[in-house]
Amino acid sequence: MDFSASDTVRGPADEDLLPDSAAAAVKVVVVGGFGVGKTTLVGAVSEIRPLTTEETMTQAGADVDDLAGIERKSETTVAMDFGRISISDELVLYLFGTPGQERFWFLWNGLFEGALGAVVLVDTRRLEVSFDVIGRLEDRGVPFVVAANAFPGAPAHPDEELRLALDLPPEVPIVACDARVRESGRDVLLALMHYLYDLAGSRAAR
Amino acid sequence: MSTAGRDWGEDAPERFYVITRGHTQPAGRAALDLVTLIVSRAEPTPSMPPEHAAILRLCGSPLSVAEISAYLRLPVSAVTVLLADLVAEERVEARASVPPALLPDRALLEAVMHGLQRL
Ligand SMILES: Nc1nc2c(ncn2[C@@H]2O[C@H](COP(=O)(O)OP(=O)(O)OP(=O)(O)O)[C@@H](O)[C@H]2O)c(=O)[nH]1
Ligand SMILES: [Mg+2]
Repeated sequence: MDFSASDTVRGPADEDLLPDSAAAAVKVVVVGGFGVGKTTLVGAVSEIRPLTTEETMTQAGADVDDLAGIERKSETTVAMDFGRISISDELVLYLFGTPGQERFWFLWNGLFEGALGAVVLVDTRRLEVSFDVIGRLEDRGVPFVVAANAFPGAPAHPDEELRLALDLPPEVPIVACDARVRESGRDVLLALMHYLYDLAGSRAAR
Repeated sequence: MSTAGRDWGEDAPERFYVITRGHTQPAGRAALDLVTLIVSRAEPTPSMPPEHAAILRLCGSPLSVAEISAYLRLPVSAVTVLLADLVAEERVEARASVPPALLPDRALLEAVMHGLQRL
């Protein structure tokens, strides 16, 4: 941490200020392998220029200090981009795009806790990079939808082929998207909300 | 995907308002999440640490913990420590993220869907 009094902190632009009525915020996490378009998706739907936040992670090292028998810790700084959508005068939605190295996503305490759900962004040319994150979300019970980002030259897979390849349960929605287009990104988020809505209903009915 | 739940009511935002009222955490007990909204309740003073003063200046309008971290270029955990002090001193108000126990609440999801459709 190197904050000094002489630093001029540039805050939000006037048009980016939230109204004082903003009472609560919710978050959605966008996950996906390296270069699948996470930052692009966050930027396309965000009302503010995406910002970057960072966290320092401490990981116990694999090796043991031979003198003291103390585990070595390694510190890594992980940066994450995020954007914002004002839902109403009172409610704000934040969208976090996780960093490329997937092992850090789940070390970041508080990233998934309290999140409404997640969007798993996949590049259909490289599905294998998404296997690990899908498994981890399932383990943690984080509800998610899969969004297939349409890169040029990417084969158009029928949804059921994708479902099979990713070993997804039948209820998990799969949507096609172009991460560069705001309406497309919005539709991915709406698909997640519809899915959560249905989940909430089936939970209440039980 | 099921089409159930497409007919959410028009009254969703109002019902959401009811849900969030009363969930502002008492000072000092705020559980600070990435999306907890922070609002200044005091002016910066020359004697306070520069980080505290910077936060008070930033949060004239509500800002999330993540945004404060981004503007100050400090890690989230460092910002959380600074904010815990400011909350304890009642210099800022922490508007809690929607408590996870309520999730996924249908009225909340309806409010989000309404908002997204206007995007
Ligand atoms: N054609 C096309 N290009 C895209 C699309 N989405 C992203 N891209 C491009 O793909 C590249 C990678 O996108 P990013 O949004 O940076 O991907 P990312 O997932 O944030 O990448 P990392 O953070 O490095 O893991 C960029 O050059 C984008 O412009 C898309 O839907 N179509
Ligand atoms: Mg990125």
